[in-house]
Amino acid sequence: MSERLAVNKTYKQFIGGAFERSESGRSYPVVGAGGELLAHAVQGSRKDVRDAVVAARSAQEVWAGRTAYNRGQILYRVAEVMESRRGEFAAEVARAGDGCDGSMAAAETAAAIDRWVWYAGWADKFATVLGGANPVAGPYFNLSVPEPVGVVGIVAPGEPPLLPLVSRLAPVIVSGNSAVVLASERCPLAAVTLAETLALSDVPAGVVNIVTGHRDELVPPLAGHAAVDSLDLTGCGAEQGADAARQAAATITRVVSASTAERQWFDEAAQSPYLIDAFCETKTVWHPKGR
Amino acid sequence: MPPAVDFSLDYAPAPESTAPVRLAAQYGLFVGGEMVEPASGRLAATTNPATGEKLAEVSVADAADVDRAVAAARSAWEGGWRDLPGAERAKYLYRVARLLQERAREFAVLETMDGGKPIRESRDLDIPLAAAHFFYYAGWADKLDYAFSGRRAAPVGVAAQIIPWNFPLLMAAWKLAPALACGNTVVLKPAPTTPLTALLLAEVLRDADVPAGVVNIITGGDATGAALVAHPGVDKVAFTGSTEVGRAIGAEVAATGKRLTLELGGKAANIVFEDAALDQVTEGIVNGIYFNGGQVCCAGARLLVQESVADAVVGKLRRRMDTLRVGDPLDKNTDIGAINSQAQLDRIAELVAAGVAEGAELYAPQCELPERGFFHPPVLFTNVSTAHRIAREEIFGPVLSVLTFRTATEAVAKANNTPYGLSAGIWTEKGSRLLWMADRMQAGVVWANTFNRFDPASPFGGYRESGHGREGGRAGLLPYVELVA
Amino acid sequence: MSDLLAVDASAGTADAVAGVRITPVDAVGLEQRAAALCARSIKTTSKGAALDLTVRVMDLTTLEGADTPERVKALCARARHPDAGDRSVPSVAAVCVYPELVSVAAEALAGASVVVASVAGGFPAGLAPLDARLAEIAGAVAAGADEVDIVLNRSAFLSGRYQKAYDEIAAAKQSCRPAHLKVILETGELGAYDQIRRASMLAMVAGADFIKTSTGKIGASATPATALCMAEAIRDMAEQTGRVVGLKLAGGVRTAKQAWHYLVIVGETLGSDWLGPERFRLGASSLLNDVLMQRAKLGSGRYQRREYFSVD
Repeated sequence: MSERLAVNKTYKQFIGGAFERSESGRSYPVVGAGGELLAHAVQGSRKDVRDAVVAARSAQEVWAGRTAYNRGQILYRVAEVMESRRGEFAAEVARAGDGCDGSMAAAETAAAIDRWVWYAGWADKFATVLGGANPVAGPYFNLSVPEPVGVVGIVAPGEPPLLPLVSRLAPVIVSGNSAVVLASERCPLAAVTLAETLALSDVPAGVVNIVTGHRDELVPPLAGHAAVDSLDLTGCGAEQGADAARQAAATITRVVSASTAERQWFDEAAQSPYLIDAFCETKTVWHPKGR
Repeated sequence: MPPAVDFSLDYAPAPESTAPVRLAAQYGLFVGGEMVEPASGRLAATTNPATGEKLAEVSVADAADVDRAVAAARSAWEGGWRDLPGAERAKYLYRVARLLQERAREFAVLETMDGGKPIRESRDLDIPLAAAHFFYYAGWADKLDYAFSGRRAAPVGVAAQIIPWNFPLLMAAWKLAPALACGNTVVLKPAPTTPLTALLLAEVLRDADVPAGVVNIITGGDATGAALVAHPGVDKVAFTGSTEVGRAIGAEVAATGKRLTLELGGKAANIVFEDAALDQVTEGIVNGIYFNGGQVCCAGARLLVQESVADAVVGKLRRRMDTLRVGDPLDKNTDIGAINSQAQLDRIAELVAAGVAEGAELYAPQCELPERGFFHPPVLFTNVSTAHRIAREEIFGPVLSVLTFRTATEAVAKANNTPYGLSAGIWTEKGSRLLWMADRMQAGVVWANTFNRFDPASPFGGYRESGHGREGGRAGLLPYVELVA
Repeated sequence: MSDLLAVDASAGTADAVAGVRITPVDAVGLEQRAAALCARSIKTTSKGAALDLTVRVMDLTTLEGADTPERVKALCARARHPDAGDRSVPSVAAVCVYPELVSVAAEALAGASVVVASVAGGFPAGLAPLDARLAEIAGAVAAGADEVDIVLNRSAFLSGRYQKAYDEIAAAKQSCRPAHLKVILETGELGAYDQIRRASMLAMVAGADFIKTSTGKIGASATPATALCMAEAIRDMAEQTGRVVGLKLAGGVRTAKQAWHYLVIVGETLGSDWLGPERFRLGASSLLNDVLMQRAKLGSGRYQRREYFSVD
């Protein structure tokens, strides 16, 4: 008997809670550090981006309407499920892109899991830290609360494949935003595996949508989409980012990009309640105090 | 019974004296701590919109002037302001606040002369709030370490600030106070129709010994603003004005590394439930839309009233509108002053005409408008549908559109049916409904059982196409700091 | 939904209309509006007319245990001609006294435009047995009172026994015919503007011709916000039922400036139809002298000293 033949995974996009091929029917080869073919990823299209935004839009209000405790539990659940699949993630990371040795891949996976745990705990605390009562000069109750901005488009950093993606995604969804993620073009597989984890972790369908494919094709429709409320362009190159930001300006879309310090993915600086705040709007409510 | 007597309330023409205001014939630019002649050599008149009379000529800064102002700001920043202990920055700001309080009457009268707003508003709201903003942010200057958990707040650098004509001094204060408190230096550009209080503020800054170049004030129009926004020496752009200009600025600033905050237009819904305190509602509606002649980005321009009380509310509103006094802004009894400019008056007139043409029913009280100047009576439109231009476009004038609803869900849908998201009003005596509604308003400021309240401690700013960033409160520091781990 | 008073319409007078809407009141908004109205400036040329109007709507009041017939007669003389040295000063609207002095006042005011008002009905608490209160009202009218000022039964009202409070006013209305009935809400005891509004509606529905703020016997009395709150209730009553009810402000109104503020509040809220003694009264004892001082100042351009004017 020969060795057992492995069953290879088909890496699909994750839109509205379903794993789907592109409506365009296209795919593109993803190769490992040594140039070996790892898989054929979906080459998403403009229409896939559109569908993802629609899914994100329809999921957002429900997600934001969950209690903060519930969102925190779900983010923690993501960490739990990832933990149980640490080996798979580490292997995925090690095979991807420029590659890294096994211990680096394991470290990245562990850091990504810990990042979920860190943000899970913020779900019912960030409003306390970022908002609060304002002592106005008059007989009014006045309270500011951070609220999710809505649908956030995330252009995920290229590499490494997992930790940067989690570092940008977790602060976006913890407050109740939904996300359309353009996965790393070169190493999209970890993103798809993450999607599988999310699907198993009670994250409602449509809260996170992951589109894979070519950035040049996918960034413009995402940046120009009027129903996208905020953009994280951390993963864009300079020129691509500038074009996207110009597109975003037409609909006054908020544009965020990680600072140099925040790109030290393993550092404390890469996680912050102010990253949650960057994808929130402050709402201030006034009410008179009278008998 | 004794016979009834004939008596009608006749309020005095109670014009505020213009004596405290001393106008120069011409104004230069405030750059590097002194008033300088513009390199452009160009001047433009600023007029009193209530009379059409020219008040003074102000400079029109060109690219060379902008360059000079940004260089002065840069030099002041690097030359000491960024390294000045917060406690010292605070003292400068406290000084400015006090000087504004001391010269409040002069500022109020000048604001009304240059912009046309009622003296009651400039005296009771604009100027005191401007002083309060400096006072409030002065206190933050040496407490930034307590503002952001786990992060240190470092200044950004040179801020370019472009402000509108509807609250000239107040917007200058909203922009300057947090920027300076956080250790930035500023080039401020007031609006071309209302530059005079900003130029008077230059005097205050000098009297407060604010170091030269920390605040530079340059006057001019769109071209001046564009040059300022595009200047490579600028680290941060803050703009308050129209959404159209906001889009252009966003595109200009995109990917330059400049930070950007925008405070843009609005089309706020003011939602009235049948259980509300209808007499205070009436005042709230009036204050919401006729305050500053409706030339307010957060104006409650769309009245959404529950069908069961629609007639009662509209009846009370019409009756109240009949008592509004339109006229001389310097008169202490005036409720609605002058529209800021001919261009704005034309825009209002165009949209009012569109409302009539689209089939809405217009009500305006019989009031005599002054013969000179730019005036518009308060207007109320009923029979308005959500598709009408007057229900969708920002009018920036004393024009209210009334729509009705039956359920809270419908009210939410109609209120949020706009690309804007600056403010909203909710009127109900039922606490749980109020909070349910407040949660669902896509708006940065929600006034519940009140409207158009402002305070330096309270963040202000919009969702969606009403802009991004907040002014006021701790949130108002964020646009002017770099958070460092 | 609007708050409807659970009172029986048929128990009311022909004027009473049950089922009127009672709108809630937001205290902060109300006080802000009242403050804004008090900031209006009255035209100098209108000030003289405002001062005369203040005199014409005044209920010159003396409600002291030490009141004597002589004191009441002196008051009536002042009521006819408030300034002995200046006959252009108009008469006041009414003289307001205790029931036992009504006949003295009626005699002293015979032939004058000034009417006699009497507090009655167990003033100021209104807690005497109902029969006794009604008898006192009827007695005051029989003695010559043109108007009777009674108090709302706050005990009944504040404990939620609206029907009882209503029935007592309705009964008082019967006992006081053909005189006019003013119902004192004693707003300082009602605790909230919502209650003032509710009490205003209840009193009007039960038959009050006037609603009145205060007895003057407790610390709290008329305030601009209270006046505005009651004026808004009167406006709603008129709009919803067509019934016209007057407003009387009493207690703490001591200066001409305060009086102007109230004229502005009433004029802006209810319209100039209410700016006359048929629909508006100021109950006061020390206000008159300040008005006369201001009037004299307006004429002479000089500020006056108190001693130029008589004390009751």
